Amino acid sequence: MSVLTQVRRNDQPIYLDYQATTPMDPRVLEAMMPYFTHKFGNSGSRSHAYGWEAEEGTEKARAQVAKLIGADEKEVIFTSGATESNNLAIRGVAEFYKDRKNHIITTVTEHKCVLDTCRHLEQQGFEVTYLPVQKNGLVDLEQLRAAITDKTVVVSVMAVNNEIGVIQPLAEIGAICREKKTFFHTDAAQAAGKIPLDVEAMNIDLMSISGHKIYGPKGIGALYVRRKPRVRLVPLIVGGGQERGFRSGTLPTPLCVGLGEAAEIAMKEMDGEAKRLKKLQDRMLKGLRDKLPEIYVNGDLEHRIPGNLNISFAYVEGESLMMGIKGLSVSSGSACTSASLEPSYVLRALGVEEEMAHTSLRIGLGRFTTEQEVDQAVDELVRHVTKLREMSPLWEMAQEGIDLKSIEWAAH
Amino acid sequence: MAYSEKLIDHYENPRNIGSLDKNAEDVGTGLVGAPACGDVMKLQIKVGADGLIEDAKFKTFGCGSAIASSSLVTEWVKGKTIDEAEAIKNTDIAKHLALPPVKIHCSVLAEDAIKAAIADYRAKATKKDESTEAAE
Repeated sequence: MSVLTQVRRNDQPIYLDYQATTPMDPRVLEAMMPYFTHKFGNSGSRSHAYGWEAEEGTEKARAQVAKLIGADEKEVIFTSGATESNNLAIRGVAEFYKDRKNHIITTVTEHKCVLDTCRHLEQQGFEVTYLPVQKNGLVDLEQLRAAITDKTVVVSVMAVNNEIGVIQPLAEIGAICREKKTFFHTDAAQAAGKIPLDVEAMNIDLMSISGHKIYGPKGIGALYVRRKPRVRLVPLIVGGGQERGFRSGTLPTPLCVGLGEAAEIAMKEMDGEAKRLKKLQDRMLKGLRDKLPEIYVNGDLEHRIPGNLNISFAYVEGESLMMGIKGLSVSSGSACTSASLEPSYVLRALGVEEEMAHTSLRIGLGRFTTEQEVDQAVDELVRHVTKLREMSPLWEMAQEGIDLKSIEWAAH
Repeated sequence: MAYSEKLIDHYENPRNIGSLDKNAEDVGTGLVGAPACGDVMKLQIKVGADGLIEDAKFKTFGCGSAIASSSLVTEWVKGKTIDEAEAIKNTDIAKHLALPPVKIHCSVLAEDAIKAAIADYRAKATKKDESTEAAE
């Protein structure tokens, strides 16, 4: 049986939402299994073989994660996921250095857990600069440089955006932060295992990693915390002093082992997988462009992970399109899929107009995506976009040559 | 989000998609909503000599609930007088399709679309009366 059929049953829709989560690689599950059963010990138990065995598992995993990002294993601590890692990195650093520094820099397109952490700190009296991004989704390095003051404690810029997949210039940002003597934190949930990351070459001081975005289990993540020069943090969770005191609590051995195994597989297969996904990304985009006029890719296509496409299908509302493409699991930047009824703040930050943001879909390709699935997805998208355009008054008006901007719409 | 069977049926098999001649005297056109808000409905009615709505067509840019709401009202208005059509309430639409609370605005928009189409038809009729009177 191939790995693919083990992951997706035939009666399930085609999974094209790899930025939301990834299925666990069967090899990862296999590595985890013994730690659910006979290797059940507490890695903190120093006095007997059960503990040693569990510790062996967690420490191997720590080394596997460290290797993926060019770090020393002592610099990796396990957390419950990237949300916790981001909270711990930003709040922990801000709290520790607050007597000397009170300014944080981040960008408007960060994940909600970074933005919300920053809002939280603002309420406590910290100052936060939310840098805009350029039309392609990338930060302007000169703007970043200009924003850093001697009060800036940390710059937090995500490595890869979760909606549009664009890769920020990490090495350049790292160099600026080092020069200006401020810490550089990056949320690498969408980047780790997909693009080469090196905390030394990129001058990264803190890095958040998620297990379930790299074909590992949910509920586990890691935070890289630099030791030289040392980064200090106030912990969010206190107790038994595990994880160098940064994160108390018994380690979930099977999850740690799963994250480690996932990191090792991702590292080993990164080059080949990136090439394969790039081909699939090209195939998908070409297939759609060949049959559908007026579709627009949001975010830079060059500085982008190959497993992401974010496309606006002009004149077709995203949720209605998702209702149609029942054989595909994707997500939308449309307001109608969110509780807030606001279209994606990431797309808005790129300057994508609201009407175009409503028509966007995020298509995520990954390890188990096949060429056949891509072709099927293209067919289904083309069919439904065409059908919905036939019933779109905006498409009709555009075909008649009416400039939609010339109409005075009544906002409701 | 889980939708009702009726809603999904209207989304998958929308009734009365299309356009009527917007310049015709017996056609009223309503265009409501805004692209920036994610929904625009165009609803048209054709009124017969007997004062009954003999045809209705729609085109909608919007979520599944918006499409279903407009499809449903084109069915409802057919065969009604314009006064009867005007009495259709958004709450009836929402109830019939079992719209989730967050989608109630779609039914409001559908009600607005009928009212706008009727207003357009009436404006044309008044203009026609005035020009007939002027000719006499």
